[in-house]
Amino acid sequence: MAYPTDRKYTKEHEWIQTSGTTAAIGITDHAQDSLGDIVFVELPKLGAELAAGKTFGTVESVKAVSDLYAPASGTVTEINADLAISPEKVNKDPHGSWMLKMTLKNAGELDSLLSAADYEKFVAEEGGH
Amino acid sequence: MSSVEATPAVNTTTVRKTALNAVHRQMGAKMVDFNGWDMPVEYPAAIGCGIINEHMAVRTGVGIFDVSHMGDIRLAGPQALAAVQHISMNDASRLAVGQAQYSALLYPQGTFVDDVIVHRLGEDEYLLVINAGTREKDFNWVRDNTRQFDCAVENLSDDFTQIAIQGPKAVDVLQKLTDADLSAVKFYWVTRGTVCGLRNTLIARTGYTAEDGFEIYVPADETTSARVWNEVLNAGKEFGLLPCGLGARNTLRLEGKLPLYGHEISDTINVWEAGLDRFCKMEKPEFVGRAALEKAKTEGVKRTLVGLEMTGRGIARDGYKVLDGGGREIGYVTSGSPAPFLKKNIALAYVPPEFAPLGTEVKVEIRGQSVAAQVVPTPFYKRPKKTA
Repeated sequence: MAYPTDRKYTKEHEWIQTSGTTAAIGITDHAQDSLGDIVFVELPKLGAELAAGKTFGTVESVKAVSDLYAPASGTVTEINADLAISPEKVNKDPHGSWMLKMTLKNAGELDSLLSAADYEKFVAEEGGH
Repeated sequence: MSSVEATPAVNTTTVRKTALNAVHRQMGAKMVDFNGWDMPVEYPAAIGCGIINEHMAVRTGVGIFDVSHMGDIRLAGPQALAAVQHISMNDASRLAVGQAQYSALLYPQGTFVDDVIVHRLGEDEYLLVINAGTREKDFNWVRDNTRQFDCAVENLSDDFTQIAIQGPKAVDVLQKLTDADLSAVKFYWVTRGTVCGLRNTLIARTGYTAEDGFEIYVPADETTSARVWNEVLNAGKEFGLLPCGLGARNTLRLEGKLPLYGHEISDTINVWEAGLDRFCKMEKPEFVGRAALEKAKTEGVKRTLVGLEMTGRGIARDGYKVLDGGGREIGYVTSGSPAPFLKKNIALAYVPPEFAPLGTEVKVEIRGQSVAAQVVPTPFYKRPKKTA
């Protein structure tokens, strides 16, 4: 799996894609593959404040429950309502299925995140695919 | 994202492998530690698998499972029946040769050593099929509690590769591979026949999926095991057969309300609480646990196993608290999951009897939130009766 180079990644297997001061967040292909069939995505409300490194939601597959960690701090401006009805879209298109969008508090936080190449290496070292 | 498996793995120093371990890995299965066994939890999406697809294959077509981690204990000798009657709660005297029954081994206090399937293989020969996590405990317990009988007790757990072929099309798949007339084998009966060229193979019409199906017992060497596995895969192609892991095995058995040791039954839960009354034959004059159960029956149960369906948005998981309408803790979830065939979020839970009536509204605490649930009839899923 080639990871898109237009975004940054976390060691908790989220991706973050910025466009100006706005950023979209989702989970990686490796994450969806380890979880298996995703059946439930729980996201914060509009206007919620996310703090970098803190949990902001939950994703559940048939067999597992996983916390979602914010790659950066910001204020939620949009929720992907589609995922409440069709959570399996995260399995089918993980890098196209953003979960939420937010206004970034401090774009500098992204500097410490992984590039696509570094993330791919990290996953390989972790014993992933 | 940090993942928490709904069923935590047990830490053991040596992980055991079935003879099909290499085959599972080659197929790209996701492996987990299950009670000390390295087992497939699901096969890859790339070959059409994943828990939901595997589950649906068994409900609507056919799936195969490696269940070699299950253990097998053989009791044979002039007093084999007396021994089985002494250590198990069902009435083995009702079994004809070739018949099987669901039963359980109990402690003197009426709680569970394990649940078992008792097969009567011959006039004085019985085979108990037991759980993976309790193999050694069960064998020791059976051996220690049958010493007074003229009966040999053998642990055959490592002798077999046990393959379960499950689903409405299981009979069609297996019939292609055996000379035994499977139409003559009723549910919970066994026969012997040549399977994939292996003479005298034990074929049982049993399973843990709430579906029709078979479990075959073949020699545990890797070459034979892999050959049989692959022959079943090939024979099943035309029926859409999928290899299935422990993930689907769990959701299938949960829809059918089949108990799992350590969840619905354990050494602290008794037969009445678990609602397994119909497999416990109190008219038998004696068996280990009977006296305690007699007493427990007059005292009544403090908790009982119920089926819950989530009416609010959320998935109940093993160990979550069950609350009453006022938020008071009244019990706990023993098994909870999305039900892929029923497309609902379901759970089994222990609650006080006053909360057991159908339709009772309760709450399940999910990450600090109270989510609404309702007591519903069980089993959640019952396979359609054959019309033919």
